[in-house]
Amino acid sequence: MTRIPEFRAAKWNEPVVMEMGRPGARGQLFPTPEDEVNEAVGTDLIPGGMARKDRPELPEITEFEAQRHYLHLSQMTLGMMGISLFGTCTMKYNSKTAEYATLRPELAEVHPYQHPDTLQGVLEIIHDFDSILRSLSGMDQFIFQAGGGADAAYTMTAVARAYWQDRGMLGQRTEMVTSVQAHPCNPATAAAAGFKVVNLPLEENGYPSLDALKAAVSEKTALIMINNPDDMGIYNPEIKEWVKVAKEAGALCFYDHANFNGVMGKLSARELGFDACMFMLHKTFGAPKAGGGPAVGAYGCTDALAPYLPCPVVVKEGDRYILDEDRPKSAGKVREFWGNVPQVVKAYAWSRAMGADGIELASDISVVANNYMDKKLGEIPGLEISNPSLDIHRMEMTRWSLGPLTEETGVSTVDFANRMADYGIDPYWMSHEPWIVAEPFTPEAGELWSKEDIDTWIGVIAQIAEEARTDPDMVKTAPHNQAIAQVRGDAFEDPARWAMTWRAYQRKIRGASKAEDVA
Amino acid sequence: MTDTTRAHPWMANSAPGAMQAMLDEIGATSAAEVFEQIPQDHFRTTPLDLPPTLSSEIELKRDLVSKLKKNADCETNLSFLGAGVWQHHVPAIVDEIVGRTEFATNVWGSYQSDHGRNQAWFEFSSQLGALLNLDVVQLPVYSWGCAIGHAVRMAQRITGRSKVIVSQLSDPERLSVLKTYCQPSAMESHIDVVMVAADPTTGRMDLNDLHAKLGSDVAAVYFENPAYLGTIETEAAEIAHLTRAAGAETIVGVDPVSLGVMTAPGDYGADIVTGPVQPLGVHMQCGGGVGGFIASRDEEKYVLEYNGFLVSIVETLEPGQVGFGLACPHQNSYGSREHGKDWTGNSTYLWAIAGAVYMSLLGPEGFRELGNLIVSRARYAAKCLSEVPGIKIVWPDTTFKEFVVNFDGTGKTVAEINDLLRAQGIFGGKDISGEDNALGQSALYCVTEVHTAADIRTLAETLKEVLS
Repeated sequence: MTRIPEFRAAKWNEPVVMEMGRPGARGQLFPTPEDEVNEAVGTDLIPGGMARKDRPELPEITEFEAQRHYLHLSQMTLGMMGISLFGTCTMKYNSKTAEYATLRPELAEVHPYQHPDTLQGVLEIIHDFDSILRSLSGMDQFIFQAGGGADAAYTMTAVARAYWQDRGMLGQRTEMVTSVQAHPCNPATAAAAGFKVVNLPLEENGYPSLDALKAAVSEKTALIMINNPDDMGIYNPEIKEWVKVAKEAGALCFYDHANFNGVMGKLSARELGFDACMFMLHKTFGAPKAGGGPAVGAYGCTDALAPYLPCPVVVKEGDRYILDEDRPKSAGKVREFWGNVPQVVKAYAWSRAMGADGIELASDISVVANNYMDKKLGEIPGLEISNPSLDIHRMEMTRWSLGPLTEETGVSTVDFANRMADYGIDPYWMSHEPWIVAEPFTPEAGELWSKEDIDTWIGVIAQIAEEARTDPDMVKTAPHNQAIAQVRGDAFEDPARWAMTWRAYQRKIRGASKAEDVA
Repeated sequence: MTDTTRAHPWMANSAPGAMQAMLDEIGATSAAEVFEQIPQDHFRTTPLDLPPTLSSEIELKRDLVSKLKKNADCETNLSFLGAGVWQHHVPAIVDEIVGRTEFATNVWGSYQSDHGRNQAWFEFSSQLGALLNLDVVQLPVYSWGCAIGHAVRMAQRITGRSKVIVSQLSDPERLSVLKTYCQPSAMESHIDVVMVAADPTTGRMDLNDLHAKLGSDVAAVYFENPAYLGTIETEAAEIAHLTRAAGAETIVGVDPVSLGVMTAPGDYGADIVTGPVQPLGVHMQCGGGVGGFIASRDEEKYVLEYNGFLVSIVETLEPGQVGFGLACPHQNSYGSREHGKDWTGNSTYLWAIAGAVYMSLLGPEGFRELGNLIVSRARYAAKCLSEVPGIKIVWPDTTFKEFVVNFDGTGKTVAEINDLLRAQGIFGGKDISGEDNALGQSALYCVTEVHTAADIRTLAETLKEVLS
């Protein structure tokens, strides 16, 4: 019998920090300028009427009150400290050994404009990690400037622009071809970079047809951007032909390796024919995503594309590491400096601690565990796997549908996710847009969670499916054991009621209720 | 070599028998069998060539620390580097909170399960809004340069125009990012980046040149206050006035730690405001601490053009209770793919939490003290350095925490001088002599609250010694 967690979230009724404190309370004091400073420079140093006259309306609280308030907020955050089979994000253990190493002043208190002689340690780590990613992908050069997977996709579009501009063909190569279910960052960054997006529809087998690709690529195609396997857990077995077809049309081929976890050590982007790829270090390589960054999209490419990379590139010269900024064909920077360096160090640490054998084992475990999860989910009435006619083992994650259960009970995938939080189980990921199956959810078992964790997770899913039949209203009004009740979504699209700051809230909501009081 | 008989501490199912139990359950004979979707000729032929595994925490820590110790840092040395990443004091409580595993986690979270995190995000925007005197603050994007890029593209969508005016004395790092965001000129939706001259006597924008360039094709004017080279833009309201008269948007970049002593940009006519989040309690981390905010007035014209995550306070099903969630989620690229407003992705949201804690610790008096301390010591540093033979301060008495030091009179280059200083444990200011500024052999020095008067005298005395 699976143990179902009994859970009650911390519920502090914590005020918004703007409501806290008392006039004159202090949380942080600063030294007063030394006498020699005051004597030399005097006062009223802000020129030309730019001196601030109003007092910013910030809270006035003590150091302890700040600590306690934010600890309370952390206690009201599940943050995968339950069980999270959060697909497309690959839940991993984030090593505290690596975290603490990056907090040392030798990294935390280091400036990127220091002379390279004073940065040899961090440059060595970046260089060594570049070598690790080269081995995993077959690419010739990696950079880490991109602040996430989407930014790495954007880097690809910038590199593609520079590549085609260098050939005088940017006016002709104006299109990017992708799949309708590729991660939104691929079409979105390509569009923002100025390319026209061509989306290929999916066929019955779960991926776009080779014929559709052949029809879409032409002398106008600048690049294709594609992930494989996809978020359904389906691997496109024609990917080598895809790359061949795209290259025959002259296009560059970018492998969005967001879903790398199931194929680590098994596939090489270069051997499949790709010109470039990206890895998400905050996902596959064990650095924390931190709820949405700082993250790293490691972008790697062949020697043919390397001249167009954003600067700087870390290079080893003899036994010294240097920052190469002298790259005249560079696409320009996508972000200041070299990237989220601590995350690179954490990813390096993950790779070294896993080793080649560990990385290959992790991909084995993640795919086997996912298939175990699929089998157990398939035993729960009301759930349906995506592309149900395919009788194949899925990869490291699988798209599922609650469609039948919703039809039977009215309980939607959003309701279901809300109820999961009541059991101390992190709500699942549903799906990126567009939702191509009804009431989707996308679990990914990964190598972190034990078989017992997966069993518990499945047990909770089964329990909620049962609750949907016996007490649908209770599920629809969930959560009931969480820090707060269900958030009402109606204000999010209402200019009269949305409030992105306390100032705006005071003006709109409090102002309105005051007016009512008067009336 | 890895000892494959030992389970890996980060993989529960590497324990003996766990994989087999799952394989038995799914009726597969081997792990290889579950990879049936991948054609045999897709599997890599080159074996992985990775460095030896560091199996134990002890070995891993030794490797990381021994490498990192080859760096020289700004705690052991005296650093005057700034220009996009600045050495500020990080309160210990900030480190504690951002290190909490619930926040520094792998998961994205949800409204229902991660309420505390979402509240912290809202508190970042709320407190920054109080410093800026603006009602809308988006969660931070990748960097200040990226924030400027997104803001300029907002202005393009709002005005339907495709030209942005920036100062000749812009930071090359941020300018390079902005130009990437504005696309090469061969692209149809390209934005022209036009430079406006700087007044050589003050470093501020030349308003005559601005006036001449502010045509009906201009989407936005972007200026910083304080600017890249540290100067305070005293004509901010006039620039905003001219810009508005031309039907363009005023985009300003501000340093949030200046806002205890400098006028809020919301009070001098800024339409969209950007700035760095790193000064608000984030360590420099070799540039890995950067993030950028975007803010504006609460008008649909702006709100409906944001590219990322806007956290709104809302009611819950329980009367009188509030929660938090994303406003206008369908307009971003998660919601609308290539039809969304620009694009977004994972960003730097942990630094929003750092900023929330930082701002709550400082409060109004902390920001005032901090701003006053920084500007006082920075001016003192400029004064001390101006007394060193051969050194000239380019724009004295007009700066906040950074200022330009000219070394033309010393007969040495900035690179040579910085080498001499480094040998004495001092990291001199950023060498800007190769930049397009007509300032000769100059360096951009940064002085903050971490630099004492004694540190500043050490710098001046060391410069005297190495230059004599």
